[in-house]
Amino acid sequence: MTQAIEVTDLVVKRGGKEVIHGLTCSVSRGSVTGLLGPSGSGKTTLMRCMVGVQIMTSGSVRVLGEEAGSAGLRRRVGYVTQSPSVYSDLTVRENARYFAAVLGSDARAAERAIDDVGLDKQAAQMVSTLSGGERARVSLACALLGGPELLILDEPTVGLDPVLREELWGMFASLAAAGTTLVVSSHVMDEAGRCDRILLLRDGDLIAHDSPDALRRAAGTDDLDQMFLTLIRARAEVA
Amino acid sequence: MSWRITWATAKRVLTQLSHDHRTVALLVLVPSLLMILLRFVFDDDAIFDSIGLPLLGVFPLIIMFLVTSVAMLRERTSGTLERLLTTPMHKLDLLLGYGIAFAVAAAIQAGVATATAYLLLGLDTQGAWYWVVVVAVGNAVLGMALGLFVSAFARSEFQAVQFMPLVVLPQFLTCGLLIARDQMAGWLEAISNVLPMSYAVDALKRIGVETEVSGTLVRDLSIVFGATLVALGLGALTLRRRSD
Repeated sequence: MTQAIEVTDLVVKRGGKEVIHGLTCSVSRGSVTGLLGPSGSGKTTLMRCMVGVQIMTSGSVRVLGEEAGSAGLRRRVGYVTQSPSVYSDLTVRENARYFAAVLGSDARAAERAIDDVGLDKQAAQMVSTLSGGERARVSLACALLGGPELLILDEPTVGLDPVLREELWGMFASLAAAGTTLVVSSHVMDEAGRCDRILLLRDGDLIAHDSPDALRRAAGTDDLDQMFLTLIRARAEVA
Repeated sequence: MSWRITWATAKRVLTQLSHDHRTVALLVLVPSLLMILLRFVFDDDAIFDSIGLPLLGVFPLIIMFLVTSVAMLRERTSGTLERLLTTPMHKLDLLLGYGIAFAVAAAIQAGVATATAYLLLGLDTQGAWYWVVVVAVGNAVLGMALGLFVSAFARSEFQAVQFMPLVVLPQFLTCGLLIARDQMAGWLEAISNVLPMSYAVDALKRIGVETEVSGTLVRDLSIVFGATLVALGLGALTLRRRSD
């Protein structure tokens, strides 16, 4: 079984309004999939469905061979929300150790995760005194604990300096090489080139699902913003 | 449910508290300061014995209610609750973790307040002092459980603190401290019969006048404990793994 995630005819309504309209897609194991699209395109909602915290109207989402959100998956799936969900009144290390305990990991793994996101110098610092980007990395470190098979990361690189962004994408690639499946959302088109596959979302519809190279060829441009526009126009003409 | 996760959660909540020195100082000292104030307001040993003693149980309930409802609301609004519910953590792990942490805080608070009342203010009871501590801690844990439950209905910290007068003050007014419960109108007495604070105050009054541990005292304590379990159960129902 090579698919880590299979989404079939997914419909989600939030506050009485349909925000995902019958979406079908899949994510293969050991890959980095970029979930791209403008703000409000349904990226976060789709990710919440994959984690199993979103009430779905219809359709199905199967993750690692089980129904999304089932109890057996809670150890196997790591989720990082867009706004960092860690305790601001604890230090970086205390946060990591707590989530390590919850995920059945130990203090050593907590130190390693802090190192992995480049926060070893801030380990004893209170999260409330960190910058936005540093907080996002604490949140990411807490999701790496317990070695999840699937990582769902909602805009993990927002506001990071280019060097750090580079390092994190390097880490995502090595995690994927080691067999972890990653779904990473972003609204920055230039991050798309780092992914094995791209899911392009707009207004709750899947516009494209392909490798970055294939999308570039199809749109006849290297510029991803331009590509996005071309793909949307092409769809409008078909419809 | 897992003891490892429950214990880690209790430790985490206590660590959060311990980083906040001002909150710790307020938690430990406020009930004692209020007892001192009360003693001088009445300026009469007998009245202090009859009113100060039950209040030793009321103050921890109020304070723990406030602290927990705000702490739990933060957990809900910061996204950490949703995150925890995507991990192997069981809902009970979280509630019991909070319960243990605040029971420890309550024990320290009740210990200091009781010591102040007995040693400094000359409180005199027929029953043993440690039963007063037991009831005070039980009340604090009840206040915590009510706070956890009520936090589900608050969208902001403003709303959360407003629930205190709504949930706690009616219990305080009808618990028999201002007027004996059997002297109240029948319907009011009926209401006070189903409110847990009535039994907490009754238990403390009994410790004041009875040397032996009576069956009624045990009944009162069981009711407070039962009400705590009910509130925790209702709190568990408000923790949803899936949301809109």
